[in-house]
Amino acid sequence: MWKRDDAAKPNAPGGPGPAPAQHGSVPPAAEAAPGKPAPAGDPQRGQEKTAVNIGKSVVIKGELNGSEDLTIEGQVEGKIELRQNVLTIGPNGKIKAQVFAKAVIILGEVTGNVTASEKVDIRDNGSVDGDIASPRVAIAEGAHFRGSIDMQKGAGSQKTEGKPATASAPAASAQGQQQGQPSSPATAGANR
Amino acid sequence: MLSDILRWGGKRSGQPDERHDTSVSRGAEPLVPSKAFPKFLSAIANRPEPPVLIDFGPVIGTNVAFFGEQLGCKLFIEDLFADFDRHARAGTLDALPATIDSRFRHADGSVDGVLCWDFFDFLSKPAAQSLARQIVRMLRPGGAVMGFFCTSSSVDRAPFTKYEIVDPNSLRHKAHPGSGGKKYAFLNRDIIKMFDGLIVSDSFLLKNNIREILLRRRS
Repeated sequence: MWKRDDAAKPNAPGGPGPAPAQHGSVPPAAEAAPGKPAPAGDPQRGQEKTAVNIGKSVVIKGELNGSEDLTIEGQVEGKIELRQNVLTIGPNGKIKAQVFAKAVIILGEVTGNVTASEKVDIRDNGSVDGDIASPRVAIAEGAHFRGSIDMQKGAGSQKTEGKPATASAPAASAQGQQQGQPSSPATAGANR
Repeated sequence: MLSDILRWGGKRSGQPDERHDTSVSRGAEPLVPSKAFPKFLSAIANRPEPPVLIDFGPVIGTNVAFFGEQLGCKLFIEDLFADFDRHARAGTLDALPATIDSRFRHADGSVDGVLCWDFFDFLSKPAAQSLARQIVRMLRPGGAVMGFFCTSSSVDRAPFTKYEIVDPNSLRHKAHPGSGGKKYAFLNRDIIKMFDGLIVSDSFLLKNNIREILLRRRS
């Protein structure tokens, strides 16, 4: 029994904490299963095929693009763009980036502007220093926020579609660097 | 000016609304009726563009939903209580006026409303003057400022309070985790002097001895 546990352990030290958006068996760091057929008779695994997890030992500097839901437990600096998907910043996640997504759930720390076409949800102990643009914003008791909130209709979608990132977003992938474990296919713009 | 003062005095003896006359407690979080808040809301309502608000309190989800979703405001959270707490813990409260002077990034005349809550109660006179100066600078013509001011004499240590909007006529006073601080009671004339350039449009003395004051900049 314990041998099987060993086999499931991550190779890198300091595996990530639990990924809230996913159920159980997502490998610790930067693992993705896009396109992988789900085992028959296991509906949960079927749902996981479009979910990606960036573990807490991963550091990404650059631009992160994708078309899958993503959970970040590590550190990202630059720009994150998941226009049609949900981005979850886990409790260990530390983001210094412009964020564009369909929905953003924040349990960790974000420094930078967050734009969502549907919803931004700052959970208990989540922290945001930056401006939020989204038609819906939920902020839990105990969350930290400093910045502005714009909930005008279309505020999130307009900026997502049209406005390029400014300020702190480094010039995309060419200069990016990543340390730690490899990232997933969803992090197409991130450099390794 | 005289008319403003007379008007102020008149409001204090205004007839109370029986429906909201008594505070409704829910545990340690009393639900307190507000006279000034509905007037603040109507002051910022008639704007051609979405109103821009600054909130000096800590972020509260229901308040964000109220201003953002229901009223369509653009809301700036400037948690001055957290700043105060940080300075108090570091023993640098003397530096607070300078911090306030350099803190706000808003352009002159760019803000429609400012929610001060009771933050001024915790400020010494120099710090209060710095903050009032910034508010006057940022406020757009026709804009409104709402603040709560204690009436009792200064208290050495008082806890902070979070004000959660329940509806346009009432606020829930919630415990704030901050350390609190010394409370100062400003005289009405001090408040008028501090906010030079604004007029006191409404003032209400609540049963709990808090003055709710609404200041406006002339259009």
